[in-house]
Amino acid sequence: MKLVPVLSAHWDEKDSFTIQAYTRHDGYKASQKALAMEPDALIQLVKDSGLRGRGGAGFPTGMKWGFIPQGDNKEHYLVVNADESEPGTCKDTPLMMANPHVLIEGCIIAAHAIRAKTAFIYIRGELTHVVRRVNQAIEDAYKAGHLGKGIEIILHVGAGAYICGEETALLDSLEGFRGQPRLRPPFPAIAGLYGMPTVVNNVESIASVPAIVLHGAEWYQSMGTEKSKGTTMYSLSGHVKNPGQFEAPLGITLRELLELAGGVREGHRLKFWTPGGSSTPIFTDAHLDIPLDYEGVAAAGSMLGTKALQIFDETTSIIRAVLRWTEFYKHESCGKCTPCREGTWWLVQILRDLDAGVGTEEDLNKLLDICDNIAGRSFCALADGAVAPIISSLKYFRQEYLDQLANKGPLFDPDESTLFAPAKVGA
Amino acid sequence: MTTTEILEMITVVIDGFEVSVPKGTLVIRAAEQLGIQIPRFCDHPLLEPVGACRQCLVDIEINGRAFPKPQASCTIPVEPGMIIKTQLTSDVADKAQKGVMELLLINHPLDCPVCDKGGECPLQNQAMSTGRSESRFSGTKRSFEKPVSISSQVLLDRERCVLCARCTRFSDQIASDPFITLNERGALQQVGIYENAPFKSYFSGNTVQICPVGALTGTSYRFRARPFDLVSTPSACEHCASGCDMRTDVRRGKTLRRLAGDDASVNEEWNCDKGRWAFKYVTAIDRLKHPLVRNDAGVLVEASWPEALAVAAQGLKANASAVLVGGRATYEDAYGYSKFARIALNTNDIDFRSRLSSDEEREFLASHVVGSTTTYRDIDRADHVLLVGFEPEEESPIVFLRLNKQSRKRALKVTAIASKLSIGVEKLKGDFVKTAPGQEAIAITRQVLSAKSVILVGERACESAGALSAVAALADTTGAKIAWIPRRAGERGALQAGAIAHLLPGARLVSDVAAREDIAAFWGVDSLPSTPGRSSDEIIAAVHSGAIGALVVGGVDPLDGAHIPESLAALEKAFVVALEIAPSEVTMRADVVLPVAAITEKSGSFLNWEGRARSFDAAVLDSLNRSDLRILSMIAQEMGAAINFSTVTAAAREIATLGTWDGARASMTPVSAPDMPVLAAHEFILNSWRRLLDLGTLQKGEENLAGTARQTIAVISPKRAQIMEVVDGDLLKISTAQGSVTLAALVEDIHDDAIWAPRNSRGSQLLVHLGVGHGAVVRVTKI
Amino acid sequence: MAYSIDELARMDSIIKRYPRSRSAIMPLLHYVQSLAGYVNNEGIELIAQLLSLEAAEVSAVASFYTQYKRTPVGEYHVGVCTNTLCAVMGGDAIFAGLKEHLGVENDGVTSDGKVSLEHIECNAACDYAPVVMANWEFYDNQTVQSAKDLVDSMRTANPIPPTRGPDTLVTWKEASAVLAGINDGKAHEGIQAGAPTLLGLKISKEEKR
Repeated sequence: MKLVPVLSAHWDEKDSFTIQAYTRHDGYKASQKALAMEPDALIQLVKDSGLRGRGGAGFPTGMKWGFIPQGDNKEHYLVVNADESEPGTCKDTPLMMANPHVLIEGCIIAAHAIRAKTAFIYIRGELTHVVRRVNQAIEDAYKAGHLGKGIEIILHVGAGAYICGEETALLDSLEGFRGQPRLRPPFPAIAGLYGMPTVVNNVESIASVPAIVLHGAEWYQSMGTEKSKGTTMYSLSGHVKNPGQFEAPLGITLRELLELAGGVREGHRLKFWTPGGSSTPIFTDAHLDIPLDYEGVAAAGSMLGTKALQIFDETTSIIRAVLRWTEFYKHESCGKCTPCREGTWWLVQILRDLDAGVGTEEDLNKLLDICDNIAGRSFCALADGAVAPIISSLKYFRQEYLDQLANKGPLFDPDESTLFAPAKVGA
Repeated sequence: MTTTEILEMITVVIDGFEVSVPKGTLVIRAAEQLGIQIPRFCDHPLLEPVGACRQCLVDIEINGRAFPKPQASCTIPVEPGMIIKTQLTSDVADKAQKGVMELLLINHPLDCPVCDKGGECPLQNQAMSTGRSESRFSGTKRSFEKPVSISSQVLLDRERCVLCARCTRFSDQIASDPFITLNERGALQQVGIYENAPFKSYFSGNTVQICPVGALTGTSYRFRARPFDLVSTPSACEHCASGCDMRTDVRRGKTLRRLAGDDASVNEEWNCDKGRWAFKYVTAIDRLKHPLVRNDAGVLVEASWPEALAVAAQGLKANASAVLVGGRATYEDAYGYSKFARIALNTNDIDFRSRLSSDEEREFLASHVVGSTTTYRDIDRADHVLLVGFEPEEESPIVFLRLNKQSRKRALKVTAIASKLSIGVEKLKGDFVKTAPGQEAIAITRQVLSAKSVILVGERACESAGALSAVAALADTTGAKIAWIPRRAGERGALQAGAIAHLLPGARLVSDVAAREDIAAFWGVDSLPSTPGRSSDEIIAAVHSGAIGALVVGGVDPLDGAHIPESLAALEKAFVVALEIAPSEVTMRADVVLPVAAITEKSGSFLNWEGRARSFDAAVLDSLNRSDLRILSMIAQEMGAAINFSTVTAAAREIATLGTWDGARASMTPVSAPDMPVLAAHEFILNSWRRLLDLGTLQKGEENLAGTARQTIAVISPKRAQIMEVVDGDLLKISTAQGSVTLAALVEDIHDDAIWAPRNSRGSQLLVHLGVGHGAVVRVTKI
Repeated sequence: MAYSIDELARMDSIIKRYPRSRSAIMPLLHYVQSLAGYVNNEGIELIAQLLSLEAAEVSAVASFYTQYKRTPVGEYHVGVCTNTLCAVMGGDAIFAGLKEHLGVENDGVTSDGKVSLEHIECNAACDYAPVVMANWEFYDNQTVQSAKDLVDSMRTANPIPPTRGPDTLVTWKEASAVLAGINDGKAHEGIQAGAPTLLGLKISKEEKR
């Protein structure tokens, strides 16, 4: 069985987002169990489960919790990163829409484990209905007595800034500043929110915890691969017949997922795809059988990231795709450091020319050299993400760039790529 | 300090050279120790590291483990076993730096030829050292409207900005004036103000100085000079007693700008906007060029130097004479006046306090201030700082910055005994002990201090009877240190020089025979006058009584003092020899007027509030004007009582040789506080101080600076406002028997019995119009 | 100041949510936006006063985040995702179509004040591409025509309801209040998930069967 719905197990029930539905399926039993446990035992349990951060970096969640100093007489904070903004990523949003209570229960358990009295959920601001659902769920959890007895949850709504998904930028934003990344060290585990020890976890990571508490570490680590345990949400989008969310043990391949999704759009073939959002170097049809776990994707030269599998078929111009992503990074660069701020400004201009078929082969080398001056030279990882599509596209599709230059104009008709392309034919 | 601090040293290797630096030192500064200059923009040793510009990237490995990426050397402290390779030995670091430089320049305008910073620009210089000779950027540059004025004195050119955030970090971290911020984001990120709130910080000029490009420039200096045409002279600030190290830049005999100098123990690298920009008074005012002598018709006419000196000498010899010297005299000049009074005039009637003063203060200065050794370092180490009659941000801005540094760094406890909660004390998060004007002594007595505490006493404390006695008692019982912080730059020096009735130079008491003999011998005279001298108020009274017939007056503004009408009448009555740079209330009443050098035209020194010498050379070299000291020496010569000062240097040497007296010290007779007056319904007790930017003489001619002065308002408490049905902006008329001022009301945190108004601001010159400054009962009506 | 006692009390309660008051800047900005339709100077100055900050510090924060508008937007603010995936899937065509249809450019507002248009970045609904947002509610799988119909419905009487959202589309101001953390009681409205969200679950259940 390729798919194992755990997080998504009951999303198909119409009232899945209510506390009634959640309790119907053992909701808040895990927190009850956890609160009776020693915090250290909980941390050990999560360590044993092998759960790794689902926000992109894949850092072991239990280890992150374990970094919080013990008995330091300071406030500790749990901050949930629900600022889902990485292009292609669309897993936390449906989760919070369909089952916000699992996140709340996860917060209660995690807060207890790290000895925090307050947890914050930082949701990106462009999700009115998700904010409603989570806010209502928090209210209902208070009414039901799950919150307010030692653990508080504060909902904080962002206002449009991709960089706030970077954990230290998120903390600055939460403190009421411009969301620009902080110098590290100190790391959030030592001096995070308000200078206090803080754990920042992704929504999916926290939401995975109740099931682990309920069913045990052994159960969780029985799924997945050697170093990538458990199940996770894979999000297929783009030129596939049936896009959507697929919860599966780590290590499934795109070939398998594509089969489940009905394959690439009728009459077309896979050209390139992102394994984990736009910041992860792209793959091609040569990478269909790579196990989609942290190690497998890394070994193939990319990153598992957020498992945002954006699928593009042969009608898509790689240059147009890369230009759009680059424009995104330019728009979202926070402005703090030179390479990212100025570099994305420049990259966009070069790519616009290339997209218009203007330039020479020398410009491709210049492009790569500028990328080299940006990647690893910037303050945070945003700029590394910004150059990933450029470098990887030149690795796999250099000839297309050259063809476009030779053609002195776009090689592709954008209308052919659209969802409504067939309707457009002859229109 | 008696204890030696033991610093843990860490040894690292940079470009193959070993260097040992204290733990915590940043890599970029460890490299400086070896003379290795790593290019940088956002880095500033006095600001928190930010790592924003990425210009200072270097390769680092620790114990054989290399960082995968080049690191910003301005954010990483050294660690044992670190091997650092800068651009000099690492191709990766070199390429990283060149890459960042190229990126910094893609949006930078090519307007160096018309940029004020050109020639002294870190970007220009480092682009030469670290940049490519030709840009690979052929796209569209970012453009902004240029320049925009963010205050009357600072212009912002956003196109030139490299977003290093030095200015915004300074304003926030150092001045606690976050009026400029980074706005927008990404490539559109830009420095700016909130649209309705200009950059009205007293410290805004520092942002111009630390801007590593030409983004922030001073309005007054715009397009005035190229740096390479300027002649720079180290100088000291004459505006207050903080004692800032300065640099004065002159082109063709004219001062074009002044910059804060570096002195880690005093002003670090900062100064205030008054010190930076208020220098035009030297040229703005109508300088006296020739001696003037009053003729038989009673008219001042030009005279030759020999004639004027002769008339002066004659008049002084014919009368019992006294000396009034303003608080802005240099240490050497004050010493000259002191010696001149004792030898040429044979009197102890001399007072540098050309302002409100008291006998209690005179005793306090002699017993607790002269020779005192309290310093900025004591503030740095204090457990508690008590402010008495002192508003640091307005009256000694660098003291404010130092307090603010400690407040931010370690939450230094600051307590202000005052009637009104000031903006500065609020920024210091100080405890505000709300006190009715005149009742300060009682509040002081209640303070709990330790031997590690410091009491900062402003010169205004003398306006509240008993306050200085209470300070002295508090210090005596707790061991707390006292620092007396006058407003004027020369007062501490004048005190040390004995330009006051009961003290001779070097803390020697006039009443102490041994001390008198010591000085007499040193000066080579038989004896010194032993009659106790008069204070400035007593000197004025003595002129009226006929006991004094002549006055030597140097650098005094009678409008700064109490009893203005009496003072002016005394100047009319007495034979007056005035030493001045420009026509004034004194010179127009003088019999002989002798032009003297302005501060930029002479060398000398000030003693700041710590008693630390702040010496300076003449910035304008070709001036024919002579210092007060030199002219006094010529008058004395003419009088046949030589004081022998050929040069300022000679005087400075003499002072140094003299040293401080280790004999008897003065004691203090405590004065008790007055009873609280009973106030009628419309009566208030006046509280005031001078703001940093106001109508002060030395700020003349600099309108851009004046444009950032704080609003002139009268402050009353919410309770009184309610009773009087006053809201913000209503006009309040404050009156005394002498006159009145009318000001817009501001309802704020102030003692219910008090009303506060600025002492010498536009529309609010209290000493002139009300004849009182502090503690007087005034009548207030809403109009 | 034109704020009512209720509004000031609301702002006070927002500040009290947080351990440190400055954290309330963002919800307060959403809140003043819900009152004025945009972040006006009165709002910035009031927030500065309430939080003991300089107005410059508040406006610096406001200008960092794209959702805070410093000039009025329409009653319905329409965002068309033109990040790569949505753009390729039709977002570019939709955005171009709407610009032409409404006669406005990016960030423009129709003359009746009903609709404003903005191209937006990825909004976490890629499996529903191409996506259009209105007052930050989801309109999934849009076409040029459906998007035109949507804005037309906004300019007439009843806006077409969101695909995954409340039963009726709330106004920009009402949505801003929700983002300020104020519960409008509509959380239970609308579907719990769209078909793509449930696809994997559905397949898995079919496999079991």
